[in-house]
Amino acid sequence: MSIEQFKNRNVSDDYFLVDIEDYPTDGWGQFKRVVKRTFKGELFVGLWVVLREMIKFDIHTVQYPKEKMPIGPRYRAVHEMKRLWESGTERCIGCGLCEKICISNCIRMETKIDENSRKEVSEYSINLGRCIFCGYCAEVCPELAITHGARYENASEQRAHFVMYEDMLTPIDMLKAGQQQEFEGFGAITPHEDERVKKTPLAY
Amino acid sequence: MSNITINIDGRQVQTTEGEFILNAARANDIFIPAICYLTRCSPTLACRICLVEADGKQVYACNAKAKEGMNITTSTENIVAERRAIMEVYDVNHPLQCGVCDQSGECELQNYTLEMGVDSQSYAIKDVARESKDWGHIHYDPGLCIVCERCVTVCKDMIGDNSLKTVARGGDAIDAEFKESMPKDAYAMWNKLNKSIIGLTSGEEMLDCTSCGECAAVCPVGALVDTHFMYESNAWELRQIPATCGHCSAGCQISYDVKHTDIENSDDKIYRVMNEWNYVSLCGAGRYGFDYQNEVKAKDETAFAYALEAFKKADTIEFTSTITNEEAFIFQSLKEKFGYKLVNSEAKAFQTFLNNYSEISGKSLYGSDLHEAHGADFIVSMGTALKSDNPNARYAFNNSISMNKGAGLYFHPLKDPVIEGISKNVVSINHAPLQEEAVLYLLLDLFAEKSKLPASVAEYIASFHSEKTITVEETVKEKVVEIVKVTKVNEETGEEEEVEEEKSTMVSKKISKEVQVDENRLLEIVGAPANFTESLEKLLAKKENFSLIVGPDLYTHPNAKNLARLVALVEKYSAFKLVMIPSLSNTLGVSLICELDDAKGSYTIGYNTKGDFTLSALGNGDLDMPAMNQQEGTLTSIDKRVNPTNAALPYKGYVLNDIAKALGLASKFTVDYTQKLPTCKGFKAQLFDNLPNRYENDGTEVRGYVLDSMDVKTFSDEDVAPLSEAKLEGSIIYLANPVRQFSEFTNKATNLKEEAGVYMSASFLESSDFNEGDMVKVKTGSGEVTAKIISDNKIEGEIATLPTFDSNLNSQSLFSGYRFTLATIQGV
Repeated sequence: MSIEQFKNRNVSDDYFLVDIEDYPTDGWGQFKRVVKRTFKGELFVGLWVVLREMIKFDIHTVQYPKEKMPIGPRYRAVHEMKRLWESGTERCIGCGLCEKICISNCIRMETKIDENSRKEVSEYSINLGRCIFCGYCAEVCPELAITHGARYENASEQRAHFVMYEDMLTPIDMLKAGQQQEFEGFGAITPHEDERVKKTPLAY
Repeated sequence: MSNITINIDGRQVQTTEGEFILNAARANDIFIPAICYLTRCSPTLACRICLVEADGKQVYACNAKAKEGMNITTSTENIVAERRAIMEVYDVNHPLQCGVCDQSGECELQNYTLEMGVDSQSYAIKDVARESKDWGHIHYDPGLCIVCERCVTVCKDMIGDNSLKTVARGGDAIDAEFKESMPKDAYAMWNKLNKSIIGLTSGEEMLDCTSCGECAAVCPVGALVDTHFMYESNAWELRQIPATCGHCSAGCQISYDVKHTDIENSDDKIYRVMNEWNYVSLCGAGRYGFDYQNEVKAKDETAFAYALEAFKKADTIEFTSTITNEEAFIFQSLKEKFGYKLVNSEAKAFQTFLNNYSEISGKSLYGSDLHEAHGADFIVSMGTALKSDNPNARYAFNNSISMNKGAGLYFHPLKDPVIEGISKNVVSINHAPLQEEAVLYLLLDLFAEKSKLPASVAEYIASFHSEKTITVEETVKEKVVEIVKVTKVNEETGEEEEVEEEKSTMVSKKISKEVQVDENRLLEIVGAPANFTESLEKLLAKKENFSLIVGPDLYTHPNAKNLARLVALVEKYSAFKLVMIPSLSNTLGVSLICELDDAKGSYTIGYNTKGDFTLSALGNGDLDMPAMNQQEGTLTSIDKRVNPTNAALPYKGYVLNDIAKALGLASKFTVDYTQKLPTCKGFKAQLFDNLPNRYENDGTEVRGYVLDSMDVKTFSDEDVAPLSEAKLEGSIIYLANPVRQFSEFTNKATNLKEEAGVYMSASFLESSDFNEGDMVKVKTGSGEVTAKIISDNKIEGEIATLPTFDSNLNSQSLFSGYRFTLATIQGV
């Protein structure tokens, strides 16, 4: 095999070198460059562009914090706890995998048996001061219960600040209004999942 | 048993003749999968996954015995197929709720499913409704159960409660097509599995057993769970702290599983206690009585200053035996330095008993341990309420009988339905209190080599025998032939007709006969059942290993000295191997380390007991001390082993060594004393940090070290005083705790809530004028207490028991030494 193709390091033939004058080497040359730049009037070109855009009133600035940019579905910001669409109950089953996998050890939870003999999460907290937003918790979650949301503002008065379960849980009225966002990052169901599953025989 | 060599997968392996292949492999780190087998228990043959090929034939490794030169292959093509099919069967209808299962990954079903590479399912059957059940301290979820029957096996072969059994599951039969298509063993295993589920032997709704929780510990899946632990924590969050249980003298190896308390509090909390259930079985107190720690916020400097003042004033230190060897050594060092009197009446009694025993035996310690008792095939227990004094001794009693085709004798005044329920090969003899001497003389009479016994003793025993002529009625069977009419279907015509037939029956006939018999008055004194001689003969058939367990009733007996000498004679002149049950956790250690005094002086410092100044790990004293789960140190067990224990929980207050340091003893840490324990008493000069605490794969106990038994100078005098005919008759009370309670520490544990009172058997209660819950006044020669009557179905007979675990009851004030006493019980 020829290695010629590897020797040609031109990424594309469309590339061209910018025509830049050589730097002046002596004092006279530098003096001439200063005079030339000073009287060229490029300053006014810039001023004109600003003035023109101001008059057109076609402004693209995002008025942060009043306005926020839409954020990609895979962005990993402050966690959210999701509810089941059908019943509205919490998806979290308290398996503790997020607590286990967390590499910065910022998730801590308490579970107990509830009056229906089911496992209940009685306390849940994430220390956002320690969280590195790696996304492992969302990836490992077998129920798609803990996911990352789009709330990226983490400024706080203290280094350690916590979010509790209730803060992260989708409010029930939001769910009813159909406003719960499904997570599409790592750990979410991939397309064609059904085709890859081996069926278990059932005697019914 | 002779040593043999077998070949497993091309490896030469040394083992003993008759050992199961599975155990031989495990001892040599060769992996054979097995689910239902429990070391020390009988093979169940439920899982069939331990299939191996031995000399070209498929056998189950758990019940096939190794023979010299055997060639074993652990995996062939067929075996692999069988194992995979078996794991697929186990996965049929198993709920996919691993996320919330309390086994949380410590699951043998998960492990073996992955190990066998099960990635698809070929079998199916219609599931039946399996509701989960609350059995009290245990929770059973039949949906998760794989019916390996380990719980049933351990309850029967090790614990002796026989509380669990398999019951019918109901539901469809397996589809016939599977019989042809499936591997043979997998089908047989499925057939059995599909018919059964675990249920209670009693048929009741709740478990009524001695509540050891061993069934939940051995469960390979999350079907049986301790109720207190349900959904409390994932196993992987817990850190294991290797320790030694400090509740009784068994000194079982346990591990405290700890984790932070909650999301706000990072201090450790004990969530459960686990054990190496293949090699050690716990009782309910060890398993559930773990949160008895003494929580102290900070060092209380004023109380410490008072404590130092008190030590300067004091002339006596009184303590209980629930302390480590190191603490005992600190007390002894303080005694040597400042001349304190050390008072511990229960350890003193044991110490005196041991010394008296040594005078004849010539050894400082009894000869055997519980490990040997497990291997015995004839086991005798006397002078102890076995199930509550030392549950592990009871397990040894049961295990030796159920595993070695053994038999046992249980001598105790208190009738015990648990012991009697072990096997029909246990003869329980309820002698009168104070008659323990007669029992030992009887043992000498029945088992000792008379020719070697001291002449006076042999003569004395012979004096109990007399010849007697009695008339016995014998049943003889005779054959009688008669003609009867039977209705039969005529095969040719198909009609019913009457036919005459000759029928011979055996008829018993009674004949009277006169025979000369040897009458043994000792049998009558101890109250042996009428046919005892004949039944003993049957029990003794083919027995080789004899074990004798004696207990705390003897140490405080008025004739304790005599008893100690008799016990020594039994050990010396019969085949019995002797184990003594030390009365409390570290009674043996204390009695070896401390020189104990009888009488108290004028100012007493009490350690875990009331004194003029009280140091207490119970949180009710003048200065707090750490409880056993908060300190490191060593404990001396019934097996004469010095076992290390570690601190599972933090302790922020002062410890005994701080006082010792302030008083001028030089060691920085309490465990620095471990290497200084007296070697002249059998201890070894070993650093605490070098003491191991584990079991090997072959079951070898590698824990701490075993005490050396020292030679003691004996006197040629081996005479024993004749038995005193005194016995207690009438209304008797006995000082014994219910199972799962030992001391104030077990009383503090939240999972062991037990009410203290006067325990009466149901039959006794019925025949008395009292009802359960009545307050009564119990009065003896030494004192009186008022207590509530509690019905206890774990005792029978007409002796009421009073516990020691609740000091509010002050039951000890009723007794003057001996654990039985006469008492009047009156309604209030």
